Amino acid sequence: MKKVIALLIALLPAFALANTAGVHLEDMKPDLHDQASLQRGAKNFANYCMGCHSLKFARYNRVARDLGIPEKMMEENLIFNGAKIGSLMEIAMRPVDSKKWFGATPPDLTLVARVRGEDWLYTYLKSFYADASRPWGVNNTVFKDVGMPHVLADLQGQQVKGCAPVTVGFDPLTGRDLKEEECDVLYVEKAGALDAKAYDKFVYDTVNYLVYMGEPVAMERQTIGWFVLLFLALMFVPVYYLNREFWRDIH
Amino acid sequence: MSNDGVNKGRRTLLIAVTAGMGAGAAVGVAVPFVKSWNPSEKAKAAGAPAKADVSKIEVGQMVVVEWRGKPVYLVKRSEETIGNLEGLAERLKDPSNGNKGQQPEYADNLYRSRKAELLVLEGVCTHLGCAPKYIPEVKPEPFDANWKGGFFCPCHGSRFDLAGRVFSGSPAAANLVVPPYGYLDDNTIIIGEDGASA
Amino acid sequence: MSKPKNAFMAWIDHRLPVTSTFEKHMSKYYAPKNLNFWYFFGVFSFLMLANQILSGVWLTMSFNPTQEGAFASVEYIMRDVEWGWLIRYMHSTGASFFFIVVYLHMFRGLMYGSYQKPRELIWIFGMGIYLALMAEAFMGYVLPWGQMSYWGAQVIISLFGAVPVVGDDLVTWIKGDFLISGITLNRFFALHVIALPLVLVALVFLHILALHEVGSNNPDGVDIKKYKDEQGRPLDGIPFHPFYTVHDLVGIVVFLMVFCFVIFFWPEGNGFFLEHANFEEANGLKTPEHIAPVWYFGAYYSVLRAIPDKLMGVIAMAAAIAILFVLPWLDRSPVKSWRYKGLFSKVAILVFAVDFIILTWLGTQPATVLYTWFARIASVIYFAFFIGMPFWTRIEKTKPVPERVTG
Repeated sequence: MKKVIALLIALLPAFALANTAGVHLEDMKPDLHDQASLQRGAKNFANYCMGCHSLKFARYNRVARDLGIPEKMMEENLIFNGAKIGSLMEIAMRPVDSKKWFGATPPDLTLVARVRGEDWLYTYLKSFYADASRPWGVNNTVFKDVGMPHVLADLQGQQVKGCAPVTVGFDPLTGRDLKEEECDVLYVEKAGALDAKAYDKFVYDTVNYLVYMGEPVAMERQTIGWFVLLFLALMFVPVYYLNREFWRDIH
Repeated sequence: MSNDGVNKGRRTLLIAVTAGMGAGAAVGVAVPFVKSWNPSEKAKAAGAPAKADVSKIEVGQMVVVEWRGKPVYLVKRSEETIGNLEGLAERLKDPSNGNKGQQPEYADNLYRSRKAELLVLEGVCTHLGCAPKYIPEVKPEPFDANWKGGFFCPCHGSRFDLAGRVFSGSPAAANLVVPPYGYLDDNTIIIGEDGASA
Repeated sequence: MSKPKNAFMAWIDHRLPVTSTFEKHMSKYYAPKNLNFWYFFGVFSFLMLANQILSGVWLTMSFNPTQEGAFASVEYIMRDVEWGWLIRYMHSTGASFFFIVVYLHMFRGLMYGSYQKPRELIWIFGMGIYLALMAEAFMGYVLPWGQMSYWGAQVIISLFGAVPVVGDDLVTWIKGDFLISGITLNRFFALHVIALPLVLVALVFLHILALHEVGSNNPDGVDIKKYKDEQGRPLDGIPFHPFYTVHDLVGIVVFLMVFCFVIFFWPEGNGFFLEHANFEEANGLKTPEHIAPVWYFGAYYSVLRAIPDKLMGVIAMAAAIAILFVLPWLDRSPVKSWRYKGLFSKVAILVFAVDFIILTWLGTQPATVLYTWFARIASVIYFAFFIGMPFWTRIEKTKPVPERVTG
């Protein structure tokens, strides 16, 4: 039962966020139980995103508590602007300045996972490609004419859009992947610090953290939900028999 | 509707169980609503313990630090002031900290502080919440001819000595409150939590 | 009136009619004994009203009705206020559930002819509740100040611009500004938390008062007051209390299981109960790709969009709501319940119900050419149901109604 419901819940957002632009989104299944992943995500976000993107509705101490990070460690490793542990996770960059620099203020990302969905975020962070016509030299397949540079380029390497062999299946006779040349695909031209698998994991952790960030209470909410439903199920028993007791003689 | 054949015991039991569980449900619903009135994370962050550097306070001087919207008085007492405290006992309502709620355990002593030279007090009169004035000079005052220095509340004339103890004849009934505090090191105190005594 | 049990109640009753009121509306209020599960939705609506008021009052304590602070204060409630998330989800999913149960409650009335003589006023008060509820829900939706709040308000308020001559001035007057701003938000807040709830509660009171004057209809649509015993009690009636109180309790527990399941496991309701775009703060310079009203307005929004003329669209939409008010006079059938109406009536009611669901769904979808045509066909069916009703209900052959309730 629990599994069926969990599956149902997992599947529903996929329908809800059916992508209108028609770009295929990779499937990403967040795992809020995986604290290690969330902690890595928090670190990734602090190191690579928080220069420009705030999480201004969240507080450091709450994140530390929820992710099992000791406050001291949080203060030393994840708070860069000297903010207090109980502060909102704001950034120093003023919106007026950033608007001048980037043409648009980098949005706050506290709720981005609830707006865009995890699949979109996951695909987005993997879909930057070189495009000399853009101010930052990059474009993105899921966010056309994106206004931000590819801050993870050092990790992912330089991705380009063009023709490359793509795995289309598996040959059971030779035991090798079947490859076919396809065009209009993204591939890494110049390797970065991480290989493809490690980069995927990096992105996964970061998106997982953003999903947590969108609704920090999500895990607790479901736990409480089971107790509430259990109570109501128990309550149904006396109520049902009480009704039957009174209605025995009617009809 | 005849009542023939009604199993009264069974009916009463079902009503009791339903009512009991219903009451339980009502309490369950009430809990989140009641608890939502607790200080929020925002209030807690604003009311987080305050740090203060006490090395710069001169003897006889008072510094005010804000903690949870309340003034906290930090007074560096002289040897003479400390010496005077003992002799005041008979003029005070509660000279020996009989009211345990007014200070943490570690301040339950003659000086009402962790270290004799530094007094830490909430500047909130225990009468009606005004901020008492710090009047350290030992000289006759209009409100007390035998003034040995202390705090005087301008609202209703309550008087406290330099350990925050209330004088007899004041409208206030209790000594000024010593907030929880501790020394982070010799020069820094934290107000709002029981740090270890350095 | 029976004798009060003790001196305390006697003392009270002498000063306040507690016992007699309880008897009149509960223990000696006779309801037909054959009410089926469709009759749960009235009490569920009442439950949702209570839920909205309780959670709403508590949300008001932490909500900040300003352009600068509204969005942040909702997240403050979701994150910083202890249990704030639960209270907020109770309110946000409660709104959708309120409409779900109200729609089912209305459908019950349609099936069993509960609006027919002598219950026309009950229906009209009910429609008043429905109308006030729509206004209440619309203004409430603006308050979180997300993108959907803002652009939804933009679209709905612009409808008033279709009024000839004064349209533009009217729009500005409603906004209180030249754009939707904190001023608009603030007045919607006042209406949402004080004015409309008062109206709603008053209408609910009248709705129930009118109901208790004539008594409940039933799935057979027969009058239970025709046959009474020697004490004047209807033979087919049973006292509301205890019989329907214990009966409703069963329904309430089951309903709460569904409601709590959604609150705790599915609060966004697939983007129908909380729209994804509304997690982004309102931005007057950036329209979201796809603006859709919340699902419960979908049907009327479809009617609006089906007509390629602003004024006519608005008139059609208003007519779609207004025509519901006169339903008691459109149904000319000599029988109340669809059980004894002709086949055509039964089919028509089912077609109408499906049509309404289709219109609702279309209203939440982007307006493609194909969907617009669907919406047009569905809108025609919607109106045809009401316009045709006086004719087919008069000419169709009905089945004989039993003297007493069945089953």
